[in-house]
Amino acid sequence: MWDEYLFPQSVDEALEMLKAHVGNARIMAGGTDLTLQSQRRQVPAKVVVDIARISGLDHVEERDGLIYIGAHVTHAQVAASPLIRSRAGVLAEACGSVGGPQIRNVGTLVGNVVNALPAADGAMALFAMDAEAEVAEGTGRRWTPIASLYAGVGRCTVDSCEAMITQLRVPALRDGEAGAFERLAKRKALILPILNTAVVVGGDGSKIERARIAIGPVATTPFVATEAAAALVGRAPDGAAVAEAAKLASEAAEPRYSLLRGSAEYRKSMVEVLVRRALTRAVARASGEEDENANS
Amino acid sequence: MPTLSMIVNGKEVSVEAGAGDLLADVLRDELGLIGTKVSCGEGECGACTVLVDGLSVTSCIYPALKAQGREVTTIEGLPQDGQLHPIQQAFVDVTAPQCGYCIPGMIMSAKALLDENPRPTREKIKEGISGNLCRCTGYYQIVEAIELAAERMAEKGGAR
Repeated sequence: MWDEYLFPQSVDEALEMLKAHVGNARIMAGGTDLTLQSQRRQVPAKVVVDIARISGLDHVEERDGLIYIGAHVTHAQVAASPLIRSRAGVLAEACGSVGGPQIRNVGTLVGNVVNALPAADGAMALFAMDAEAEVAEGTGRRWTPIASLYAGVGRCTVDSCEAMITQLRVPALRDGEAGAFERLAKRKALILPILNTAVVVGGDGSKIERARIAIGPVATTPFVATEAAAALVGRAPDGAAVAEAAKLASEAAEPRYSLLRGSAEYRKSMVEVLVRRALTRAVARASGEEDENANS
Repeated sequence: MPTLSMIVNGKEVSVEAGAGDLLADVLRDELGLIGTKVSCGEGECGACTVLVDGLSVTSCIYPALKAQGREVTTIEGLPQDGQLHPIQQAFVDVTAPQCGYCIPGMIMSAKALLDENPRPTREKIKEGISGNLCRCTGYYQIVEAIELAAERMAEKGGAR
């Protein structure tokens, strides 16, 4: 499957290894996806550059209102992090929904992003939270919005044969803000979602001031329902506002017919249900009616 | 071929492993630890579950070289002094195995769960084995066995 297995000690060394094997070497974190992709010959790279031993990629920490998550942080670590559970609960919920415990113990959130699937649970929360990613390439590093990383189904704009994402950051939720994640699937675990959604709302209790709604997989990349979110702004956080936004989200979503996930019509109408559920929970949490971790 | 050195069931071992070798294959084919089963081969069913540094992983998609320098526990590592581990004994006592193929993985997931949470609720047990599929669908007895094991281990003051 692979010809060479490398353990760089630093990000710079990892990038040098990629450079030395032009196009034939690829960054790997947990490897839960890459192993299968390589076995199925979907990925041509024959040299894997495992980032497990690079120090400084295992952090989950808050600085100046932003939560930083290193490239080697697993879904299980995100889901269990007290910081993320209290200040970015929607991300903990989403990461806790991925695969089963064994996958969450190995697969990383950054890997979830690099795989660029429009159904990825973790990514959905990152979109709802307006995350950014730090990309290391050449000799420099830059921050880029999460949406800029997605070029289509399974296509990340950061090519793992040339560069790597070193960390993510999301704004910690402030007072009056809360999120929620919802997922529709045939079973509770080990199954790809028919639909998923992550939402974040914020306001002063009498009025919604900010909202973001991310939905998957209803387009080639995680879909941000901007009109639906905008319709919430300025409204009282009540059932009517939530129902209207959910309807708009469903109208804007364009799920395809899928043998695995169901018909386009079914999924389009379920978008409304799922977004309504998520918004209802988020609004209740934002106003302090429900503990952020009540469902986890 | 690179040498893979790791601690398997408490013993240091060194084997030659290719860059693309998977942990399940090294355990079974190189070390003869065939208690670890491979079923789906895609990390979907949990039959191949082992612990790496105490965390459950699906060894059929876990690159063997990732285990370099780490502690691996397989089903063979659970019995102590010729006695079945309390989780294994509970599985026997409630007749949890049907065809048996998923059972080593189930037990390893149960081990990971009880190490972290010695008295899980029924709901937490279900979550703990949510990464393991039983083709015979005998989940009821499996959950019961883990509950019984937790009870017995608590009585004995947390036997490992």
